[in-house]
Amino acid sequence: MMLDALYQEIILDHYKHPHGRGLRDPYDGEAHHVNPTCGDEITVRVPSDFSDISYDGLGCSISQASASVMHELLIGKSAGEIAGIHEAFVELMQGRGQVEPDEDVLGDAIAFAGVSKFPARVKCALLPWMAFKDAAARAGVDVGASPEVKA
Amino acid sequence: MTFDVARIRADFPILQREINGHPLVYLDSANTSQKPRQVLEAMRLHNERHNGNVSRSVHTLGTEATTAYEEARAKVAAFINAGTPDEIVFTKNSTEALNLVAHSAGQYLALKPGDEIVISEMEHHSNIVPWQLLCERTGATLRWFGITDDGRLDESSLAELINERTRLVSLVHMSNTLGTINDLSRIVARSREVGALVTLDCSQSVPHLPVDVRGLGVDFIAFTGHKMLGPTGIGVLWGRFELLAKMPPFLGGGSMIETVTMAGTTYAAPPARFEAGTPPIAEAIGLGAAVDYLNELGMAEVHQHEQDITAYALKALADVPGVRIFGPATPEGRGGTVSFAVDGVHPHDVGQVLDALGVEVRVGHHCAKPTCVRFGVPAMTRASFYLYTTTDEIDALARGLDQVRKVFG
Repeated sequence: MMLDALYQEIILDHYKHPHGRGLRDPYDGEAHHVNPTCGDEITVRVPSDFSDISYDGLGCSISQASASVMHELLIGKSAGEIAGIHEAFVELMQGRGQVEPDEDVLGDAIAFAGVSKFPARVKCALLPWMAFKDAAARAGVDVGASPEVKA
Repeated sequence: MTFDVARIRADFPILQREINGHPLVYLDSANTSQKPRQVLEAMRLHNERHNGNVSRSVHTLGTEATTAYEEARAKVAAFINAGTPDEIVFTKNSTEALNLVAHSAGQYLALKPGDEIVISEMEHHSNIVPWQLLCERTGATLRWFGITDDGRLDESSLAELINERTRLVSLVHMSNTLGTINDLSRIVARSREVGALVTLDCSQSVPHLPVDVRGLGVDFIAFTGHKMLGPTGIGVLWGRFELLAKMPPFLGGGSMIETVTMAGTTYAAPPARFEAGTPPIAEAIGLGAAVDYLNELGMAEVHQHEQDITAYALKALADVPGVRIFGPATPEGRGGTVSFAVDGVHPHDVGQVLDALGVEVRVGHHCAKPTCVRFGVPAMTRASFYLYTTTDEIDALARGLDQVRKVFG
């Protein structure tokens, strides 16, 4: 079934057993993002050294699993490394299923390749990543200019 | 004539489609309805044979187009038992109709701080935001009815909520989320007592049940063509003529004027006063054809069919483990729109799995966020029915929900 491309085991695992969920102190930047069309929401907090990435939110399996994967993938990395991963993830999500993901860069996030074939769900996967970028900026760290997210 | 769903379905070409390898099961008519051949054909014929601009041309095509446009207005007027076709203002949709009332009736009432407008928590955003904007412009106060646990308007504070400060009351006739059909008799009577105007959002009621504007005893109703077998881009405001006649225009431009000089303008009588610019002509004609189609079947019969389907669906959904229905649990006082939660699964995931099986439902907040908040959820899954819905389709929904539980179990 077509759905298998969307609901990969990795995604369902992260959804059912999220990593790093919950808002924690200390932090330097916080951002709350909402998906206005479906009402999904997420809050992301980061200290400026990214020694923690904490989050809490309400939403579908794709947005919540994406937050969990992002937490695992980006925690403790440098701003430069994060910028590279962030850019690769956004590129994958906007690739309409045509981008071959690099597992060395994206880890579990390669499971989201299938999501990019469902245009209505791309914004679900990107929601935590955009909130993260905003939180980082508010913590005074630039993690690179991602291309504008198309709805 | 018996209500023959198979024969009706044969009029809707899209119902022959397959989605993801499964027969289409269209359960999203509260969002937009499908259109029968008769409507598509009427619009095609107009564009191929009779296209001209309305209300301004002396030539044959312009005259034919004007006649057809005005015939559509008369059909819509008769459909809701309006006093005269001049009480029918064509708009873009219900949203524009409600904004028109908020602007023009709001200005006519000369609202000021201390005045109150009353709505409810059950409203679509289109019957919330225009009133919030009006309150911002005028300093009036917005107040609202709550919702009871079983999904009905909470009228316990009626006498206090609608009082001598209330100038305008705007409520939904049938909820787009809960399916509740509101019995508004007490609220209308109380509004009359205090001299407040009453507007009804009939977007979900006019397509599905007999609506008689004179019987309702209100001042304005709004509804939209695309939810009643017609095309998008055409909506309706009905207003009592003597009120429309006192109201200032909403949009200015061509067609709405009596005379224009560089120093000033006088305005046409309703409905032209509220129809600035070239209107959606083919769309109005399509809506007229939709009204013909519904009349042929009979609105009482359409409503009865949907009551039967709704009873069947409420029972089928109650039998799916982990499903919780929002709104009235029995078909009494509700229409064929059923929102529900599947325990532990987000509505977007429910909708995605159902779509893979060809079952098209709406998920999200349904442009009624306060209603979702009232029931403690960020979003709901909604199945909504129409004259072409079958019990087989309800069975397909129930089977789909079993699949949802397998994927996320």
